[in-house]
Amino acid sequence: MPKEKLRLSGVRKAFGDVPVLNGIDLSVSEGEMVCLIGSSGSGKSTLLRCINLLEPIDNGKIIFNDEDISQPGLDPQPVRQRIGLVFQSFNLFPHMTAYENVILAPRRVFKRSGTELHSEIKALFERFGLAQRTQHYPDQLSGGQQQRVAIIRALAMEPQIMLFDEVTSALDPELIGEVLDVLRQLRMQGMTMILATHEIEFAREAADYVCMLDEGRIIEKATPDVIFSNPREERTKRFLASVLNKS
Amino acid sequence: MQARSDERQQYERRQQRKGFAIAAASSLAVVVALIYFVPKTPGWQKVRASFFNGEILLSTFPSLLKAFLLDIAIFMWSLPAIAIIGLLIALCRDQRSAVMFPLRIFGVLYTDIFRGVPVILTVFLIGFGIPGLGLPRPWNSPYIWGSLALILTYSAYVAEIIRGGINSIHDSQRAAGKSLGLSNTDTMRFIVLPQALRRVVPANMNMLVALQKDVALLSFIGPVELLRQAGVHKSLLANFTPYVGAALIFLAVTVPATRYADYLLARQHRERS
Ligand SMILES: Nc1ncnc2c1ncn2[C@@H]1O[C@H](COP(=O)(O)OP(=O)(O)O)[C@@H](O)[C@H]1O
Ligand SMILES: [Mg+2]
Repeated sequence: MPKEKLRLSGVRKAFGDVPVLNGIDLSVSEGEMVCLIGSSGSGKSTLLRCINLLEPIDNGKIIFNDEDISQPGLDPQPVRQRIGLVFQSFNLFPHMTAYENVILAPRRVFKRSGTELHSEIKALFERFGLAQRTQHYPDQLSGGQQQRVAIIRALAMEPQIMLFDEVTSALDPELIGEVLDVLRQLRMQGMTMILATHEIEFAREAADYVCMLDEGRIIEKATPDVIFSNPREERTKRFLASVLNKS
Repeated sequence: MQARSDERQQYERRQQRKGFAIAAASSLAVVVALIYFVPKTPGWQKVRASFFNGEILLSTFPSLLKAFLLDIAIFMWSLPAIAIIGLLIALCRDQRSAVMFPLRIFGVLYTDIFRGVPVILTVFLIGFGIPGLGLPRPWNSPYIWGSLALILTYSAYVAEIIRGGINSIHDSQRAAGKSLGLSNTDTMRFIVLPQALRRVVPANMNMLVALQKDVALLSFIGPVELLRQAGVHKSLLANFTPYVGAALIFLAVTVPATRYADYLLARQHRERS
C-alpha cells in the first residue's frame, strides 16, 4: 500500500463572489499520476495554484505529507519548495539564460554554491536532451524547449510532487511529443504528479486516475479505461466528445 | 505577380522621392523667408547687436564652458543619490503587506509632495531654508542643499517611473518565482526588478535630460554654474549674447541625449512587437 502523499478535503475557493472550487476531495498516493480534465473555466488551474499555495483557500484542508499546509499563518515558502508547478505559458525568466533560470532557486533557497550545483544541473539538462541549450535565452528556444527548461527548473528544487497545468496547450502540435516524453520519463522514475491536461491519449496511456472537473467539483473519478470508454456522467461524455472531435 | 510587385516598388520609390522633394523645397522657402524678412524688422539691428554678437560669444565662451563643468559635477553627484532614493521609494510604494503599510503611505506622500511642488520652489525652500539655520561650514553650502533639492524632486519622478516598470511585469513572473519557493524579496530582486529597470531605461533617459537642464536652477541660490556665469557676463558687458552661448552649450548636451532616448524607446517598441 503506497503512502498517501496529498489529500484534499472539502476545498473551497471563491474569487470575490464567484465560487471557483466547490468542495474538492482528492487523494494522491506516492508515485501516482492523476490527470485533471474538464472544460476551460472548470477550475483546474485554480486547484493547482491552491495546492502550491499561490492562492489561499477559503475552506477545507490540504494535507501534504501528513501536514496541514492550508492552516492559516503557515509559511508557504518551505511548502512551495517541495511542490513543483509548471505553467501553461512556461513563465521562464526572459532576462536569464536557461541555465540561470534553473540555478536561481536552488542557489537562493538552499544557499548552495554554483559550483556545487553545476554537475546536478548539467545532468538534468542532459537527461532531457537540452545539454546544448543551457546558455540560450528563452526567446532563442522553441516552445517545446522552453517548456522542458521550465520543467527542469521545477525539478532542480527536488520536489516531492509535481503539478502540471496544461503544459502542452501553448505548444505547436509537432512540439507536444517532446514534452510528453519528459512526463513519461518522470512517471517511470516514480514522480508523484497531478496533471491538468486536454491530451486524452496521453492520459489514457499514463494516468492512474482521471478526475473530471465541472464547475469546481470533481464529478467523476475513475481509471482511464473506465472514464474514457464508459463514462458515468453525461457531462463527462459531452466533454470527451467535444475534445475528441477537435483533434 | 513578380512584375506587379516591381511596379509597386517603383511607385513607392517615386512617392518617396516626391515627398522628399516637397519637404526640402518647403524648408528652403521658410529659411529664405527668415533670412530675408527678419533683418527687415525695425528692431533687428538692436537684437542682433545684443543677442548675436560674435565677438562677445567668442570671448565669453571659454569661461561659460568652464562654468558648465560645475553643472556636470552637480549632475554627476546627484545622479547616484537619485537612482538609489528613487528605487527605495518605488519599493516602498510596492509593499503589499499590512505591516509595511506605513512605508507605503510614506512613499505615496513623498512622490505626491515632491512632484506637486515646482522644482524652483523646492530649490528655494531647501537651498535657502536649511543654510538659514546657521549651520557651520561646510554645512551651509548651497551646493549641498541645492543638490539635495534636485535629488528629492527627481527621485520622486524616478520612483514613479520605476513603479510603473514594476507594475508592467506580468504577475505570472512573480508566480513562477514564488512557486519555486523564492522569498518575496528574492522574487523582486532577481526576477521583477531586473526586467522592470530595463524597461524604464528610455523614460529615465528623458529624466536625465530634464535634470541636466534643471541644474541651472541652482544659479538662483548661489553656485556659479553656467547660467549664473552667463548672467555675470551679461551684466558686465550689458549684452545678452552670453545667454545664447549658454543655450548652445545646453543644446549640445541635451539634443544628442534626447535623440538617444528616442532611439532606445523606438528599439524597445520594435522588440516588444
Ligand atoms: N485571479 C482570479 N481572479 C478572478 N477570477 C479568477 C481568477 N483566476 C481564475 N478565475 C476564474 O475562476 C474560474 C476557473 O478558472 P481556472 O482555474 O483558470 O479554470 P481552468 O484552468 O479549468 O480553465 C474561471 O471562471 C476564471 O475566470
Ligand atoms: Mg487553466
